[in-house]
Amino acid sequence: MSNYKTFPKGGIHPPDNISNTGDKGIRNASLPTRAVIPMSQHIGVPAECIVSVGDTIEEEQLIGKATGYVSVPVHSSIPGKVVEIKEIYLAHGKKSEAVVVELGGEFKRMGKVQKTFNWNTYSDDEIIKKITSMGIAGQGGATFPTHVKLVLPEGKECDYLLINAAECEPYLTSDQNLIQEKADEIVEGLKILKKILTPQKIIFAIENNKMASAQAMSEAVAKSDIDVDIDILKVKYPQGAEKNIIKSCTGKEVPSGKLPLEIGMVVLNVETVFSIYEALVFEKPLVERIVTVSGGAVKSPKTLRVKIGTTYRELLEECDGITEEPVKVISGGPMMGFGIFDLDTPVTKGTSGILFLTKKEVKSAGQTSCIACGRCIKACPMGLNPTEVNKLSLNFLFEEAQEMGLLDCVECGSCAFVCPAHIPLVQSFRMGKNQLRAILMEKKVANR
Amino acid sequence: MIDMKKLTVSSSPQIHSADSTAKIMWTVVLSLIPAGIWGVYAFGMTALVVILVSIAAAVGSEALLSLIDKKMTVGDGSAVLTGLLVGYNMPPQIPLYIPAIASVFAIVVVKWSFGGLGANWMNPALAGRVFVFFSWTGPMTKWLLPSVRGVDAVTGPTPLGSLKSAYFATSLNVSGPIEFLQSEGLPVTYKDLFLGNIPGSIGEISALLLLLGGLFLLMRKIITWHVPVVYMGSFAVLIWVFGGLRMGTGFFSGDILFHLLSGGLVLGALFMATDMATTPLTEKGNIIFGLGCGFLTFLIRIYGSLPEAVSLSIIVMNMFVPVIDRYTKIKKFGSADVREVRGE
Repeated sequence: MSNYKTFPKGGIHPPDNISNTGDKGIRNASLPTRAVIPMSQHIGVPAECIVSVGDTIEEEQLIGKATGYVSVPVHSSIPGKVVEIKEIYLAHGKKSEAVVVELGGEFKRMGKVQKTFNWNTYSDDEIIKKITSMGIAGQGGATFPTHVKLVLPEGKECDYLLINAAECEPYLTSDQNLIQEKADEIVEGLKILKKILTPQKIIFAIENNKMASAQAMSEAVAKSDIDVDIDILKVKYPQGAEKNIIKSCTGKEVPSGKLPLEIGMVVLNVETVFSIYEALVFEKPLVERIVTVSGGAVKSPKTLRVKIGTTYRELLEECDGITEEPVKVISGGPMMGFGIFDLDTPVTKGTSGILFLTKKEVKSAGQTSCIACGRCIKACPMGLNPTEVNKLSLNFLFEEAQEMGLLDCVECGSCAFVCPAHIPLVQSFRMGKNQLRAILMEKKVANR
Repeated sequence: MIDMKKLTVSSSPQIHSADSTAKIMWTVVLSLIPAGIWGVYAFGMTALVVILVSIAAAVGSEALLSLIDKKMTVGDGSAVLTGLLVGYNMPPQIPLYIPAIASVFAIVVVKWSFGGLGANWMNPALAGRVFVFFSWTGPMTKWLLPSVRGVDAVTGPTPLGSLKSAYFATSLNVSGPIEFLQSEGLPVTYKDLFLGNIPGSIGEISALLLLLGGLFLLMRKIITWHVPVVYMGSFAVLIWVFGGLRMGTGFFSGDILFHLLSGGLVLGALFMATDMATTPLTEKGNIIFGLGCGFLTFLIRIYGSLPEAVSLSIIVMNMFVPVIDRYTKIKKFGSADVREVRGE
């Protein structure tokens, strides 16, 4: 018996496929000659574009301003000229306005000695303001505006600050490699967070297939003056899902329909912590991120540091192109990522990986009827009965599906991964949730 | 360069485990083949013909129904598996129309009419067998001694069948089933029972090869231990405690090994009571299902008038599956409220 922590119910073991890029370091990707920078890179209201075609802009210049509280600003990742403002499709299939910047002029940060700032002299409010103005959104994939998480509502306290470095999605090695290179910087980021959140305990959680990164982190913690528990978690998908990682580390279950903060938890992705560090110490906005380019069809898989707005096409070239025809190109991880249909899709703040998957890796097959094997129930980390919820959803019994826990589904895809009948369960739950929310909204309006 | 028009754009997850319905069905078929080969070896080529006719009738019915549904489903392997199991549950010298009718009944009435694969609530192969058992009880209880015993095409009762007469004897002076069969002039040893050197249905006699097949399915994670272990375990306990009563040897004297290895118990517990569609969804549910099967098999074997209890027990328990599923729901994540979690 290992003493690695884990959540008790559900979860699956897809092959992790991290050996091609894990522990191999991060390389800087070439600069994009044209960066396509969307105004909507986060959950919430899109930023409002404040530049026009023909404008000359600097590196890191604000080009989109936050509109409202649940919104984050957008900065240009490269200096140059705005050549076009157009509507594009993002990886998840929704449309967004995007500013196209043609590279030109001088970099003010890249290649220069960086000026540092002493965040210790800032008040909590000033720190939050910095984080807000530097355009930071959760980089684990969900891209929730980070400042919203950090401002605790009246009466709420942060007991635990949990840093999520589980990176449980197969193939992805962005966090894993970042930790090895920037452990000290991440620790500094934790100090900043400790100041504003004053948690009783800080936990850094990582899966046991990334021991080199865990080691780097404990060394960095040991030589600092901050207490951080390094929790080694058992490799199991979806170990990095917010509610599951809380359960694994603390044994507490976030109540159904509630946010982690209700039970005193703040969970942040590790790369977000690094971005907070850069925002405070260098006043650097979020204009680049780590992207894992991998998958069986890629000739030289790599973990890359990429300017936001670089297209997938350029990153594929950076990895020497393909060795065989992929059947799917994925933005994000293979379990929760999006299939894309255009290689000119740009990297955004939430793009953790780009995968070029072969037929052998995808393993698709024709759908049959449900054979009631119960594997989906065993796989569900939220304790749901996916096949039952699916049947209710497909029969338009959305409120009955809600009773069965439709809204508790985190769309991790474990059920659909194991389903021998190849039923597209997650797709059905997404449809069901949309319909259900519409029904609930209607009821709310009617009751007014 | 990548031809973007050929890419699949679908909802997540983007990858899948290597399993599929067809793969599961064909793997179960594969795991059953050794026991069938033994049956053919023991009873001769007529046994093979019975198996093949059963499969042909099942696949034929499935194919004809596919024409009505306009969706070919023979390839998923489930009809082949049903036919194979029907064949395995037949006596080796059965007139061929009987297994054919059993297969057609299994596929058309039990499976298709309730909505096809996964929607049937009773194990089709067992239902088919029980249907023909009560329709043609004579031929269905005419057994053949295995040729490995050095005789050709001699009929004789199964060990379980002849044991029934012991239960109705007025005075008995034997220590258990083995001695009773000896006294009846039908000697069997535990080794005969384990290897399949006994009269019985084609596919049920070799406990050894069935156990190996079951082990293979366990390792491939197609079945879980819950039903087989709980079924055989609860049955063994009941036999041990009460099995001796009808032999006049009192409590705690039942012959566990004899009862585990005879009849269709091993075949039933490993391959029929583990059928996904007709068993409960959760582990807890499967444990209850296994307990029910064990109890009913004990009851029918020791106190019923029919020699074979396994098929009836399993299909009776199949009927309880919806209610078991209703009361063995797993607890949703996060069902406690905020105050409880915070310990207030």
